[in-house]
Amino acid sequence: MTLLAEQVLNGLQFGVMLFLLAAGLTLVFGIMGLINLAHASLYMIGAFAAAWVQGRTGSFVLALLAGLAAAAATGVAIEVAVLRRLYARDHMDQVLATFGMILFFNEAMAMLFGRQPLMAAVPGWLGGSVEFIPGVPYPVYRLAIIVVGMAVAALLYGLIGHTRVGMLIRAGATHREMVRALGVDIGLLSTGIFGLGAALAGLAGAMTGPLLSVQVGMGDRILITTFVVIVVGGIGSVRGALAGALLVGMVDTLTRAFLPGLLKSVMVATEADAIGAGLSSMAVFILMAVVLLVRPRGLFPAHG
Amino acid sequence: MLEIAGLQAAYGHSQVLHDISLAIAPGQLVTLMGRNGMGKTTTIRTLMGLLPPRAGTIRFAGQDIARRSPERIARLGIGLVPEGRLIFPALTVRENLIATSRGTFWTLDRVYALFPRLAERHAQMGGTLSGGEQQMLAIGRALMTNPRLLVLDEATEGLAPLIRAEIWRCIERLKAEGQSILVVDKNLAHLKRLGDRHFIIEKGRTVWQGSSAELDAAPDLAHRYLGV
Repeated sequence: MTLLAEQVLNGLQFGVMLFLLAAGLTLVFGIMGLINLAHASLYMIGAFAAAWVQGRTGSFVLALLAGLAAAAATGVAIEVAVLRRLYARDHMDQVLATFGMILFFNEAMAMLFGRQPLMAAVPGWLGGSVEFIPGVPYPVYRLAIIVVGMAVAALLYGLIGHTRVGMLIRAGATHREMVRALGVDIGLLSTGIFGLGAALAGLAGAMTGPLLSVQVGMGDRILITTFVVIVVGGIGSVRGALAGALLVGMVDTLTRAFLPGLLKSVMVATEADAIGAGLSSMAVFILMAVVLLVRPRGLFPAHG
Repeated sequence: MLEIAGLQAAYGHSQVLHDISLAIAPGQLVTLMGRNGMGKTTTIRTLMGLLPPRAGTIRFAGQDIARRSPERIARLGIGLVPEGRLIFPALTVRENLIATSRGTFWTLDRVYALFPRLAERHAQMGGTLSGGEQQMLAIGRALMTNPRLLVLDEATEGLAPLIRAEIWRCIERLKAEGQSILVVDKNLAHLKRLGDRHFIIEKGRTVWQGSSAELDAAPDLAHRYLGV
């Protein structure tokens, strides 16, 4: 029971992290029609910038801000310099160009920081554990990530549901050309959305630093999971990204934690370990397949 | 206020507009007529900057607007009510009206007074409205940009007769208030009654222009170019 509560919290924390990555990706895909693999690089850049600033200054708050700013600045720069030329091109061109960017940024980070992983420390004031569920001590830092993620979700909900920019985002998701024909510079809007998504990816990277090692290529694997999230949630929908992220985070974490154990009750231990590990790494893709069977456009499709 | 001359445009290799001319003076209601596929909507799209012209000039409010971006053209004061309405489905009626609004004369209250139906449905999602309500919303949305020229592309197409009549009443009222309007439509009777000047296009060329009286005096025109 204790273990289950702890793993559920872990699932929630992973889900929140996935949400920070998925929010930007789904908006960019939904509104600009762009598949941006380089989103993984923005996450990595956020993590490196944060780890570096934390190493220099010792301040975690400065590190977070640096991660956010570095990713946002890189995001805006690549949008203006490269990506806006790709909006009208087909998805294959976009995948090729943005995959090239991943290679570029991976090499750039290796040249700047070397191939050795950087370690970032959990700041003292977020260290230790707290027993907010009796009998289940849980790291404060992971709880803080959950809180930050939920706060971001609430902010995005307010932005998209209740501001003029949000209206234009929703309008642009279905009738991009019409928004322009009514006098709105959608290029500016696109750059803004892209910068926002990049900042969130940077925030995710910066917060990941103290949990995992900061290294070249760290975003590549989580990018695949993030695409699963936006497909499950429904492309273009931030609400869908939140639901999809929590679902995927939970399924991934819980199957990894419990599937081998469950299988051991019905088969030999060594087989159970092997099959359990295999099945749990497939679990999110099975989830995606099931969701697509039942709801081909995802849980909360953005386009009406 | 608007002068189009020698306009040519193409989708890829297939040229659709060969020689379009059109002129609108302030306060006028001008119509653009022609059978389906003759280039009416393409003319509107080119005017709005949604399709780049291949040749010719488009002058609006004293400026050359050919090759400008759609948002800059719209901001000069052209309000588009597009064919097919293109309401934003994920926005409420109220949000559809205010998302792209600018200027001061047309406010939510004024649009709601023009179309009381929209006031009743203000919190409903655009995608859930009936065709007629969507058409009113598309007109309201364009008015909320406070345009100098309102462009209505097939604004009564596919609507029930009662709703059509309401849209025509609205157009008449806007004209009476001095709004300059360009109308693309097929209802000859209404167009003749309200139009100050008419332009007929065939196969991408302006083939005739004149007043309602001149249109009446040449009944073979309607038969030849409009199929009525």
